[in-house]
Amino acid sequence: MAPPVPNLPKTSSPSQPSGKSEVADLKLQLRQLAGSIAPGSDDSRREIFKKVISFMTVGIDVSAAFSEMVMCSATSDVVLKKMCYLYVCNYARSNPDLALLTINFLQKDCRDDDPMIRGLALRSLCSLRVANLVEYLVSPLTTGLKDSSPYVRMVAAIGVLKLYHISPSTCLDSDFLAMLKALMLNDPDAQVVANCLSSLQEIWSLEAGNLEAVSREREALLSKQVVYYLLNRIKEFNEWAQCLILELASKYIPSDSNEIFDIMNLLEDRLQHANSAVVLATIKVFLYLTMSMTDVHQQVYERIKAPLLTLVSSGSPEQSYAVLSHLHLLVMRAPILFSSDYKHFYCQYSEPVYVQKLKLEMLTAIANESNTYEIVTELCEYVANVDISISRESIRAVGKIALQQYDVNAIVDRLLQFLEMEKDYVTAETLVLVKDLLRKYPQWSHDCIAVVGNISSKNVQEPKGKAALIWMLGEYSNDMLDAPYILESLLENWNEEQAPEVRLHLLTAAMKCFFKRPPEAQKALGVALAAGLADSHQDVHDRALFYYRLLQHDVSVAERVVNPPKQAVSVFTDAQSSEIKDHVFDEFNTLSVLYQKPAYMFTDKEHRGPFELAEELGSLSLGTGSVEHVIPAQSYEASDNDLLLGTSEKEESRGLGNNDSAYSAPGYDTSLISLEDKQVQPESNFLSLAVPTMPSHTSSVLDDLLGLGTPIIPPPPTLKLNPKAVLDPSNFQRKWGQLTTSLTEEFSINPQGAVALKVPQALHRHMQGHSIQCIASGGQPPSLKFFFFAQKEGETSPFFLVECLINTSSAKAQINIKAEDPTLSEPFSTLFRSALLALSPS
Amino acid sequence: MVADRGVVPKGSAEIFFRKVKFWKGDEAEEAPPVFNVDGVNYIHAKVAGLMFVATTRANVSPSLVLELLQRIARVIKDYLGVLNEDSLRKNFVLVYELLDEVIDFGYPQMTSTEVLKSYVFNEPIVVDSSRIPTLGPAAMFMQSTKRMPGTAVTKSVVANEPGARKRDEIFVDIIEKISVTFSSSGYILTSEVDGTIQMKSYLSGNPDIRLALNEDLSIGRNVGNSMYDYRSSAGGGSVILDDCNFHESVHLDNFDLDRTLSLVPPDGEFSVMNYRMTQEFKPPFRINALIEEAGPLKAEVIIKIRADFSSSVTGNTIAVQMPVPKYTTRVSFELESGAIGQATDFKETNKKLEWSLNKIVGGAEHTLRAKLTFSQESHGNLTKEAGPVSMNFTIPMYNASKLQVRYLQIAKKSKTYNPYRWVRYVTQANSYVARL
Repeated sequence: MAPPVPNLPKTSSPSQPSGKSEVADLKLQLRQLAGSIAPGSDDSRREIFKKVISFMTVGIDVSAAFSEMVMCSATSDVVLKKMCYLYVCNYARSNPDLALLTINFLQKDCRDDDPMIRGLALRSLCSLRVANLVEYLVSPLTTGLKDSSPYVRMVAAIGVLKLYHISPSTCLDSDFLAMLKALMLNDPDAQVVANCLSSLQEIWSLEAGNLEAVSREREALLSKQVVYYLLNRIKEFNEWAQCLILELASKYIPSDSNEIFDIMNLLEDRLQHANSAVVLATIKVFLYLTMSMTDVHQQVYERIKAPLLTLVSSGSPEQSYAVLSHLHLLVMRAPILFSSDYKHFYCQYSEPVYVQKLKLEMLTAIANESNTYEIVTELCEYVANVDISISRESIRAVGKIALQQYDVNAIVDRLLQFLEMEKDYVTAETLVLVKDLLRKYPQWSHDCIAVVGNISSKNVQEPKGKAALIWMLGEYSNDMLDAPYILESLLENWNEEQAPEVRLHLLTAAMKCFFKRPPEAQKALGVALAAGLADSHQDVHDRALFYYRLLQHDVSVAERVVNPPKQAVSVFTDAQSSEIKDHVFDEFNTLSVLYQKPAYMFTDKEHRGPFELAEELGSLSLGTGSVEHVIPAQSYEASDNDLLLGTSEKEESRGLGNNDSAYSAPGYDTSLISLEDKQVQPESNFLSLAVPTMPSHTSSVLDDLLGLGTPIIPPPPTLKLNPKAVLDPSNFQRKWGQLTTSLTEEFSINPQGAVALKVPQALHRHMQGHSIQCIASGGQPPSLKFFFFAQKEGETSPFFLVECLINTSSAKAQINIKAEDPTLSEPFSTLFRSALLALSPS
Repeated sequence: MVADRGVVPKGSAEIFFRKVKFWKGDEAEEAPPVFNVDGVNYIHAKVAGLMFVATTRANVSPSLVLELLQRIARVIKDYLGVLNEDSLRKNFVLVYELLDEVIDFGYPQMTSTEVLKSYVFNEPIVVDSSRIPTLGPAAMFMQSTKRMPGTAVTKSVVANEPGARKRDEIFVDIIEKISVTFSSSGYILTSEVDGTIQMKSYLSGNPDIRLALNEDLSIGRNVGNSMYDYRSSAGGGSVILDDCNFHESVHLDNFDLDRTLSLVPPDGEFSVMNYRMTQEFKPPFRINALIEEAGPLKAEVIIKIRADFSSSVTGNTIAVQMPVPKYTTRVSFELESGAIGQATDFKETNKKLEWSLNKIVGGAEHTLRAKLTFSQESHGNLTKEAGPVSMNFTIPMYNASKLQVRYLQIAKKSKTYNPYRWVRYVTQANSYVARL
């Protein structure tokens, strides 16, 4: 909500901005009213409290009035009390000493006769968020959970969660979780049940892997007993709590298909709910339950179409966007099932750009033999759209449909008509598409070239479009009468041409043209090569030099290189991997669907949804995230390239000895290792000795000699690590869950080292050489993610856990360190960084 | 609702506003309702010109948060009567109090105005709604968002009207938004009605209510067939909805039998039912538009609008827009003789011509002629450079779907109990477009 900006009360004081004199003034007024029981004094207090809170809202510090506010709080007026609680909760955290003042009256109010006052006081007490006051929370919470009023129990159930966030140990040591569990299964009030479920889910997922007992409890939440109990009562809950229960049900694993049908029948009417969150949560249950039943799964798609479409058209634009994104996900998964619904995805006038873009993608995906004509006709209308970005997207959509090979005939004509519109951006986009089209369907070259030949290259300014045009000039020099001369005129403007992409294409086109029509194109080629050799852009220069030498070497070889017989491209690669799409589907009804990427790409670990934490390490360990279990370290075999889990030193060296050709060893610099870590194992020495036999080493040494890409290495740290540290994945998870991040750092890494990361194992081995073990890794290049651990020298020394995010394209790394001994996190980070910086290409 | 749990950085409000205002730098592209900045997700909804924002670091259900934001806005509106900046400012303590009960530690709690009444104590300071500038008789339904607009009632659900005792009354509004796309030859390419039955109850004692709809109403078109292969003339005027959904409080026990909905309406405003219809219907307006060259550097535009409904009904606040070629420099308009309440404008910056009409009576036809002057020669096809024509309108007491409320029955508490009931219809354009 936008912070309301109240009208500042008019006072006699001329100095408005600081508000200091007003605060003093208010304090004085509060003092005067403190003990007053005169009639109407509550009304005057209300007015002053309101002023105080309005100051607070606009950011003026009124904490100076704390004691006066507390003094006035001894009142039976609920409105006053509520304002006072609001004030207290706002300032308690920054003024823990003053907060202590309020404990007394809050505790007293927790015992008030009025359940509402009890509830309010308990809620405020738990919201103070002052760590050293937690001792005062336990007893009121215990009483609150047993209160006769559901309002108080409801507040207390969430209060337990608040306590957990202030002090997990206080919360766990008391008997709260057991009480919550009992309430959840027995309380007659639905909201109390819902709050117990929320608190338990959150606490247990944060405690993930801590104790075996906890994971048993988590499993118990997903037991048939609990899930059925909640599902059977679902209509008693409000819509938000229904979502909570449905989310839980989507994780339930039924024992047989009868159960599946029972649950679906029970929830069928939830699909008619007006609340889109309830409908989406229900759909998630349906989709997940039927994953293994192909026919039923498909029926679910048919069943949910209409409700989804209704939600898209009945909600606010924001709600309809959220639902449409889910529809988009489903359409992308099973386009064929939506092929007759295409008209629903036509863009509407006045829709925001982000909605139209989704719709264009959906139309592209569902185009097939039966509807292509209509869809393409519609898309062509959008090309004239006022919004340029939609116009461009529409052209691309038409092109993509053509590449999906339905009814290409009609589409090519449409595309060529775009060229006649003579709008710069339309022409540019279309040229790019015509180029792609020709690469796939060379048989269309005649029709296309006839039209493209008429385009004046002067009207094409965008580099991509220009490059496409030049490509066609080179490729189809024989069909385009003017090709050599057009190239010549383009070459005249070489120096004005900003984009290297265009200059590269000019070079290649001049070559191609030369081999096809030597006498006419010779001049152009000469100009091109001369200009290219003089070019300041490295790639352009290199390509010109390459062509030049190739021609010098042997003209016929050059022709074979530049003008080989062409093969039609059959498939263009998809922008997004299907693993990512599957991962997003696994996170149905979350933000992942709107961002179109899985949660690990935008969320930090602590804030994933409940029940997702434990799965994470497992999914990361396999990189693709499709299998969700953790592979125990013992099962690892060094020769197996598919498993990414780290392992002990011994197995490692054995793997190297047996199989040194199969893996890409990082090119170690011996001096570096000895500098940084005197504790290098004999095995590791063996490893670094073995390196010089690898040819790649020479180049990295050469680079070092030239001083290229070697970042400055920090001075050797004093911390020594246990090279044989062992930590199994479940213990790692437990520690990771318990510890808080003690240090976060971002830095650049050796760009050449980043290249080596194409194979994550390279980093595992490299870090192992520095006594840092990898326990899991994953992600898709360029975003990689690793979990490492290390132990200070000594058997029972503290551990360090590291989450390391590396972007290979920007050569940036981010590390989050959790240390059992936080005082050591600084030296450890230095050590870790220097180890990572020493990574160089294998 | 910002930073409810203290996990979101302090300056998040500033981050949000900067991001929303300058989404994608200079491009005038609107920010999506959900985005992520440094691991914090910002989810926002615009209601009545105000932004309602939630922040979270967790991977939540976006629909849940957006529904919740809408609900919060509605609860506030129920309390304040009018939702705008001024009423929020005057009632911020009350709004704090409401938020406190609605969300606890990020978990939604009580969100119905009905239930909240027993837990919220601040009295709303009612903003004088008569001082709010209105835009003519249909202003009550004019809120520019797609969201079904609120009812005319700007009375707080909880506040006691000074001097007057509370009046027992109930408002039922059938609000339909229609989308039609006409092809250049005047055929209907797509058409859809998105309707909602909105209710706002001021009835004391929460009586049972029965709401009867058309008896011949049917729901769900043949699955499998394309929903656009219209059954010819659809069995003599019966209403076939594609799909619909209902408010939680609605009981459908008799719905299959006699198309009645029974419910105990909670206090405040809510949608009883949302429905969607793609069955063919008669569009209220026919648009004829054409653009022709008229000599060098000149063109003529003619737009004709005909109101295809009964003369007892009047459409109002009609606005017609049409983009013209980018190289248009001047437009001179020619209205029909004796035109009243019409205005024209040429928007130089985005090259659009605009034509507004205060009202159109059923059966009437109006024409606009415009002469365009160009700064350069047009290349070939003018229809690719101009259009489409789009139209906005409101037609009170008209509904395109023919869905009717046959009767509204309120369970009687006594013989003298006879509360006021208001059943109103209104149709608005959602996307009403004719291509050239």
